[in-house]
Amino acid sequence: MSIEIRSLTHIYGLGQPFEKTALENINFHINKGEFVGIIGHTGSGKSTLIQMFNGLLQPTQGNIFVDGVDINLDIENKKEVRRKIGIVFQYPEYQLFEMTIYKDVAYGPTNLGLSEEEINERVTRSLTLMGMDESLWEKSPFELSGGQKRRVAIAGVIAMQPDILVLDEPTAGLDPKGREELFNQLKDMHKLLNMTIILVSHSMEDMARHADRLLVLAKGRLIYDNTPREVFKHIEELEKIGLAPPQIKYIVRELRQRGFDIREDILTVEEAACQIARYLKGGK
Amino acid sequence: MIIDAKNLIYEYINEEENGIIDKVRALDDFSIEVKEGEFLIVLGHNGSGKSTFAKHLNGILRPTDGTLFVDGFDMKDESIVWQVRSNVGMVFQNPDNQIVATIVEEDVAFGPENLGVPSKEIRERVDRALRLVEMEEYKRHSPNQLSGGQKQRIAIAGIIAMEPKCIVFDESTAMLDPMGRRQVMETMNKLNKEHGITIIHITHHMEEAIMADRIIVIEQGKMILEGSPKDVFKNVEQLKNIGLDVPDATYLAYLLNKEGIKINTKVINTEEVIKELCQLK
Amino acid sequence: MIRDITIGQYYPVDSILHRLDPRTKIIAVFAYITSLFLIKAFYGYGVVILALGIVIKLSKVPIQFMLKGLKSIVFILIFTVSINVLFSTGEMVLVKFWVFTITVEGIVLAIKMALRLVLLILGSSLLTLTTSPIQLTDGIEILLNPFTKIGVPAHEIAMMMSIALRFIPILLEETDKIMKAQTARGADFESGSIIQRAKAMVPIMVPLFVSAFRRADELAMAMEARCYRGGAGRSRMNSLKYQTRDNIAFVVIILFIAFCIWI
Repeated sequence: MSIEIRSLTHIYGLGQPFEKTALENINFHINKGEFVGIIGHTGSGKSTLIQMFNGLLQPTQGNIFVDGVDINLDIENKKEVRRKIGIVFQYPEYQLFEMTIYKDVAYGPTNLGLSEEEINERVTRSLTLMGMDESLWEKSPFELSGGQKRRVAIAGVIAMQPDILVLDEPTAGLDPKGREELFNQLKDMHKLLNMTIILVSHSMEDMARHADRLLVLAKGRLIYDNTPREVFKHIEELEKIGLAPPQIKYIVRELRQRGFDIREDILTVEEAACQIARYLKGGK
Repeated sequence: MIIDAKNLIYEYINEEENGIIDKVRALDDFSIEVKEGEFLIVLGHNGSGKSTFAKHLNGILRPTDGTLFVDGFDMKDESIVWQVRSNVGMVFQNPDNQIVATIVEEDVAFGPENLGVPSKEIRERVDRALRLVEMEEYKRHSPNQLSGGQKQRIAIAGIIAMEPKCIVFDESTAMLDPMGRRQVMETMNKLNKEHGITIIHITHHMEEAIMADRIIVIEQGKMILEGSPKDVFKNVEQLKNIGLDVPDATYLAYLLNKEGIKINTKVINTEEVIKELCQLK
Repeated sequence: MIRDITIGQYYPVDSILHRLDPRTKIIAVFAYITSLFLIKAFYGYGVVILALGIVIKLSKVPIQFMLKGLKSIVFILIFTVSINVLFSTGEMVLVKFWVFTITVEGIVLAIKMALRLVLLILGSSLLTLTTSPIQLTDGIEILLNPFTKIGVPAHEIAMMMSIALRFIPILLEETDKIMKAQTARGADFESGSIIQRAKAMVPIMVPLFVSAFRRADELAMAMEARCYRGGAGRSRMNSLKYQTRDNIAFVVIILFIAFCIWI
C-alpha cells in the first residue's frame, strides 16, 4: 500500500476575490510501512493535505494515487479508499456519540457491513491496541478522561483496519505522560501490523523522537523531505517558518561553535549527553 | 498577600453506575500564599488538581474545607464573589468559548460594561488593553478570523480592561500552537513585569515555566515541589516519574552527571548549560 | 455548501446603509416586509425591485454575494412554486392530469409567491449584511425596551441573539468537521431511504449537541468570571443616537409605504 502525490495544487474559493492557495505543486511518495511526520505552522496547508489523501477534498490540480490508482478518477472506488486510509482528525474525541465505548468503536466496522463476529474481533483488537482495559468497554465514552476519550476515538478509526493511518495532532492538549503513552502505542502498532503511519504535528520534539522521515510544509509548499536528522540541521529556516526546533538543537549548535567535537545531527538529549560525555572524558 | 490558602480541601462526589458513591479529593490539604506582583506557575499533569485550584480563586468552586482568602476577602462569604471577580480575572483554556461578542473591541468592552464603567472610560480602557496585547489593528475584526493565539490575546485584553490586580490563566496555552503559546507567554510576562499584575499560570508545559518567579508542582491534589525554576527542575527523576518534563538543558546536565561528569545541575536554559560545560572543557 | 449561507452574515464595508442607526434599519425592514404583502399588482413588484436595487447599490454589498445567499432557499422556492402551480384552483385551466390542475391563476400566484420569497430574503439579509451583529442586537434591545414592563426580557433576548450569532459559524464549522470524521469511518449521508438518512445523522447530531452544551457551560463560566450578572447595572461602550440621515431614512420609508398602499 503506497500513496503518491503528484503535482498537487489546491486553491480555496477559486475565482473568487478571497481565493487562497493552500497547497502548491506538492510531490512525494510514501511507501508501505513508513512512519512519516508532516510538520508545518498553523495554516501551512497540513490539514488540507491530509484531507486529500482519502478524497474528502478534491485537489484543484494534480493527482493522488493509492496503490497506483488515481482516487479521484474512479468514484466507485472512493469508499474502498476511505477504508484503506484511516484519518484521525484533531480532537477526535469530539466525534464520539454512542452509548458505550464498544458500540462507538464498532460504528466503522458496522458501516462496512461486516459480520457480527468480525466486528467483535476488530473492536476487541483495536481497543486492546490502544490500551483500553476491558472493564471500561461497556461504559459511556463521555465518562472517560480526556486522554482515554482520545484513545477510544483513535481505536474507532483503527477498527476500520486501514493500511495507512493518518493522525492530525493526536497529542494536542495531552500532558507529557499522555503524549508518551500514545506515541508508544502508535509505535507498537506500527511495528506489529506494519501499518504505514502519517503523523501531522507542530511538536518538533515528538517528531524528532518518533518519525523516520519528515515532510515540512510552509505556506503550502513542501520545503523539506528528509530524515529528522537532516531536517533539524536547518534551525534558522525552521524558525523562520514559525516552527520551534527542540532546545537541544540550540545547545548542540552553540557547543559546536565553541569547539566541542560532537555531531551536528544529534536529535535527542540522550544522544547529546552520550557524545558530550565522550568528548569531555576523551579530552582529559 | 493576594492569595492565602490554608489546608484547602476540595472533594467532589463521583457516582458510579452500580450506585457506589465515591468521594474524590481533588485538593488535599493544600496551602499556598501568593504575594502581589508575583509570577507563579502551577505545574501538574492532567487530573492532578491544578485546574481545581485555579477555579477556587474567583469563586467558581468553593472549598470543602480549609480557608481561602483572595485579595483579603474570605471566600466562604458568597456576597463578595463579584468584588473578587473584578479584581481577579481568569483566562480559560478554549479561546472560542470565552469570547462573547462578534467584534473584537466589543468583546473587550464586555467586562467593563458589566462593571458599569462610564462609556468614555470603557473606550479608553478597551483601546489601552488592545494596545497592550498588540491587537489594536484587529479591533474591528470578527474573532472568527483570528488564530488561536490571537483569540487568546483578545480574551486577555477583555480581562485587562477590567483592571484586575491578578490574572489566573487556567491552562490557557493548552490548545495553542507553538507560535500562539509564545505570544501568550510574552503577553503574560509583559503584564507582570511592566504593569505589576500578579500572574498565576496553570500549565503542563515545562518550557513555559522557566520564566516564573516561583513554580509549584501539584500531584494528586497535594503540593509536592515548590521553589524557583532552578530549584524545582533539578528534581529530574521526581518530575519524570509523575509524567512531567524538564527543560532539555536541565535534563542534559542531569544525564551528564549520571555519566560521572561533575556539572552543576541547577541550569534551566541554553546559556547556563553552555557556560557550565565550557568550564569543564 | 454550509459556507454559502449569507443570511446572518455581516459584510464589513463602509456605506451610508452601514452608517444608519440599526433601529432605523430594523423598522425599515419591517416596513419593507409589510409592503411586500400590501402590493397586489405586478408592476408593484417592479417598484419594490427597483427600490431594493437602489438600496443594494447604496449598501456596496456585491449583488453576486447576495444572490449566493438564495442558494440555501432554492429547495423551499421550488417546493412553494410547485405546490402553487399544481394545486391552486382557477378558471383558466391549462392542463389537467391525475389529481393536478394547472391554471393560469396558479402560475401567476406561484410567480408572485416566489417573487415575494426572494424579495423577502434579499431585503432582510440586507439588514444583517449592513448591520454588525452587535449593533443589531443593541437595536433590538432598545426597540424592545418599552415592552420590559409587560415582562418581555429585552436584554436577555438581545444577549441570546448575539451569542447565537457568535457561535453559529463555529458550530457550522464543527458540523463540517464531524461529518468529515464520520465519513472517514464509513458513514454515508447521501444514499438510502429517508429513515436511513435520518439515522445516519445521529453520529453527527450527538457530538454536535455534546459540544454545544460544553461550549455553553464554558461560556457561562467565562461570562460570570467577567462579572456578568444580567442586564441590570450594565453600561455600554457605544450608545445609539439617531442622526440626520436616520430622519431622512424615516421620511423615505413613510413615503415608500404610502406609495405601496396607494398602488
